[in-house]
Amino acid sequence: MYLRSDERSPAVGNRLALRIALFGGVAVVLFGVLFFRLWRLQVLDGAQYLAEAKNNRTREYRVTAPRGEILDRNGEVLVGNRTSLALQVNTRKLPENLTERRTELSRLAALTHSNLRRVRRTMHEELKLAPAAPVTLRRDVGRFLVYYLQENQERFPGVEIKHVFVRDYPEGTVAAHILGNVGEISERELREPRFRGLQPGDEIGQDGVEDTYDHFLRGDPGLTRIQVDALGQPTPNGRLVTKPPVPGESLKLSLDFAVQAAGEAALAARGLPGGFVTMDVHSGEILGIGSFPTFDPATFTRPLTQRQVDDTYNNPLAPLADRAITGLYPTGSTFKLVTAVAALESGILTPTRSIYDGGKLTVGEQTFQNAGGVSFGSLSLVRALEVSSDVFFYTLGQEMWDSGEIQRWAHKLGIGRPSGIDLPGAAEGLLPSQHWRNQLYAEGETDRPWSVGDGIQLATGQGDLQTNPLQMAIAYAALGNGGTVVTPHVGKELTDAAGRVLREFGPKPQRQVKIAPGTRTAILEGLHDAAQGPEGTSYGIFGNFPVPVAGKTGTAQRAGHADQSWYVILAPYPDPKIVTAVTIEEGGFGAESAAPAALQILEAYFNKQSKGSAGPNGGSPG
Amino acid sequence: MYATRARQARIEPFAVRPGIAERLGLPYMDAPLGLGAAALAAFSVFTLSQSTLHDVPGSPHYYVDRQAIYAVLGIVGMYLLARIDYSRFRELRVGIYTFLCVSISLVFVFGFAARGSRRAFELPFFSFQPSELGKVLLVLALSGFVIDGARNGSDWQRTVRYLCLGLAPAALVFLQPDLGTSLVFGAITLAVMYVGGVRWTHFAVIGAALVALVAVVLVVAPAVGTPLLKDYQTQRLTSFLHPSEDPGDAGYQQDQAKTAIGSGEKTGRGDRATQTRLDFVPERHTDFIFAVIGERYGFIGAALVLSLYALLIWRALRIVTLSKNSYGTLVAGGIAAMLLFQVFVNVGMNLGIMPITGIPLPLMSYGGSSVLATFLAVGVLQSIHMQARLSQRGRFAW
Repeated sequence: MYLRSDERSPAVGNRLALRIALFGGVAVVLFGVLFFRLWRLQVLDGAQYLAEAKNNRTREYRVTAPRGEILDRNGEVLVGNRTSLALQVNTRKLPENLTERRTELSRLAALTHSNLRRVRRTMHEELKLAPAAPVTLRRDVGRFLVYYLQENQERFPGVEIKHVFVRDYPEGTVAAHILGNVGEISERELREPRFRGLQPGDEIGQDGVEDTYDHFLRGDPGLTRIQVDALGQPTPNGRLVTKPPVPGESLKLSLDFAVQAAGEAALAARGLPGGFVTMDVHSGEILGIGSFPTFDPATFTRPLTQRQVDDTYNNPLAPLADRAITGLYPTGSTFKLVTAVAALESGILTPTRSIYDGGKLTVGEQTFQNAGGVSFGSLSLVRALEVSSDVFFYTLGQEMWDSGEIQRWAHKLGIGRPSGIDLPGAAEGLLPSQHWRNQLYAEGETDRPWSVGDGIQLATGQGDLQTNPLQMAIAYAALGNGGTVVTPHVGKELTDAAGRVLREFGPKPQRQVKIAPGTRTAILEGLHDAAQGPEGTSYGIFGNFPVPVAGKTGTAQRAGHADQSWYVILAPYPDPKIVTAVTIEEGGFGAESAAPAALQILEAYFNKQSKGSAGPNGGSPG
Repeated sequence: MYATRARQARIEPFAVRPGIAERLGLPYMDAPLGLGAAALAAFSVFTLSQSTLHDVPGSPHYYVDRQAIYAVLGIVGMYLLARIDYSRFRELRVGIYTFLCVSISLVFVFGFAARGSRRAFELPFFSFQPSELGKVLLVLALSGFVIDGARNGSDWQRTVRYLCLGLAPAALVFLQPDLGTSLVFGAITLAVMYVGGVRWTHFAVIGAALVALVAVVLVVAPAVGTPLLKDYQTQRLTSFLHPSEDPGDAGYQQDQAKTAIGSGEKTGRGDRATQTRLDFVPERHTDFIFAVIGERYGFIGAALVLSLYALLIWRALRIVTLSKNSYGTLVAGGIAAMLLFQVFVNVGMNLGIMPITGIPLPLMSYGGSSVLATFLAVGVLQSIHMQARLSQRGRFAW
């Protein structure tokens, strides 16, 4: 001890000085540590902490924008929005006590036909995405559940009822296949460039025009960024950025509600699976397109029951399939138009050339018969089309079996290739050719190479051919309008909420095909006689129709099925404005079911015209 | 020898006839020390005026006004204390020590409880926390005992006696419970013993005992089922080792304070500060005021504050060497240690390198007891300085 008294000796002073120097050294080290640490936090890592702090204090809430409406060409609402009640849980207001919280969630689960595990999972997933936002447990909850929750509010702290937008279909099932539906975006879709900027939980169009025109219908969600304090509570005047939601644009379709409804009713009246298309031959605007059986798009706005799942997804009749564009069928005699164009344009046939129809044509060991075995004697093209002589076209098929002319013209007219329609899922079809079959044969996929018989089959729309009403309508339209292969489309224009046109859709025709005027005249005449000539195949249906028309029946033989009924019709004759193609699976002869269905559609179309309301092409036909 | 050289080098600054400044005693005081302390208090008032506008609904200047009054009272107290010869406190050591222990004990009877601990008396305009003033009293009393005890008993007996004298009030404070202040008491005790010349070997033993104690308190006692610390205390003490583990609890506060300081970057965020403005950082006017400075005024502001503390401690250490007697040496050493310990632990806690112990930042943290006590401590330092200067002139001030 150096402290012996108040006075210090020099030796004691030295020992004290050492201790004080050490003390000072420790102080220097400690301050050095603090300065270094401060430097690291603020200067070296400052930017990172600043970002953290900014992230700390804001919460973003997205405000969903209402989707645009979908209208028919006359402004009739096909898809609108209704507000629906959604059950949300604000996790911050749930009871702190874990047992109470559990009890409340179980009660909620029971009320919403769910279970505790599923509720917990939903909450967990949604909270991961938006930490402070309320979690939507169920959309479209019933009125009675809402009343119950409101009456028992004190038993359900943190439970809120929110208004959300849900798709509404005032016309029920009409145009169900075209409209499509709306659903939550999937993880895979989130990665696609067309959905950039969307977030999990956002709704996008699924199928139909909801999908094709999703970008326009979707609108822009609003954004409310709120400054929050440490408890996540909004601070006063803490509304930082508020971007109002921009509602989606309204989509006006080219569909004519009257035609659409008539087409669907006509199919439904037959009660057999089938499809139809009615299209403007010049512009490619589709006035009606439908399929049977159909479904109620409103089912998809709320969770499906098992019965609904069975009725839609597990139904062998596949009500979700749009047979007008996804069907793959042989066409029967309706294909004769293509064969006729090919024969006339390639020069092997003239309108005046006669071919003898003895009721059957024998090639090698194969015999091809007229339907019913009747013999029409000597025929020219017009009459062959009127009575639908098979032997006439068998002969043409035999002559062109390996020249590829039928396929060349079928391809030009749009058979067996993408049509460019603005609906998802359209089928390409199959146009059988010599090259195709020989390739299959070479690969051992089939038992024989291309033969004369294949050419003969194709000439009358039988055999391997696979197409659908849409492609047939396009081919007929091309002949009817003098050679323009249109791009079919249902989207007509976009309008804003006030009805102003923002953008018109008028896709360019796919291509021009050179068809000699003589060819067109002769074939149209034959089709006209087939529909309205006394011996025409569909005279019984269209004989007394007030508007002159040109239509062709078809009866396709499908392996494993009864005959499929077809009818394709151009109206009015001789300068057609619209084309309608109908097919009915197992509907028998063309005149049996497809032609009457087509009649119903044309009646709806021309009725409306004669009543003077604005039709697709204005004015009334002559 | 540094102190000797300084004495020789200094030119006598006094006129033959005492002027007003000399009568006031100003030339005998250590200007950097006084001005540094005053600057820190001013900075505290300035910071509070900007950051606590919305803390007390209806009175935006609640903290500012009070802190300003405490600072003015503190400066006056510092001045008055500087004019008293500190050596008298040595004679009063028993009285001071008794007052210290009694005032702390009385808190158990009359004190009001805040957040589960009784630390202060409720007085008409402010609450008085005896343990804050107790830090200074302990320095004064213990230094006296050390000087006194230097004359009798063996080295070991003395060491044990000092330890007991220092740790008794520390234990009382610990029971309030106020872990932070009891640690300051402990640091003061060790520092006075250190300057007082207790042997290195004794410190080695004490160090080993401390390590064992920490191990027992934090590891062994909870393991055998008789925890000595309350859960939140253990958590606060250890959370700095793993700050991000539980953002809901103690580690959360430290994380938020770190984020606040970091986000200030070089020049600070001023009124755009969010961490310390929106309640992310707790206790921002008291224990975490350094985080406010860091976020609002950036590295420049925080480094300025640290530099002012460095200045205080440098001046305090300098006064240790200037003191005219051993008692002054011990007192100045104790006060320097008290300041250094509090600054390092508090700022370290804000920066995430020290545990959360509830030690205020001297002169900066809001709180009358702490501000007054620190100014009084500085006043004692001034007194030592003044007496040293006056003894050099061979005359007394009064």
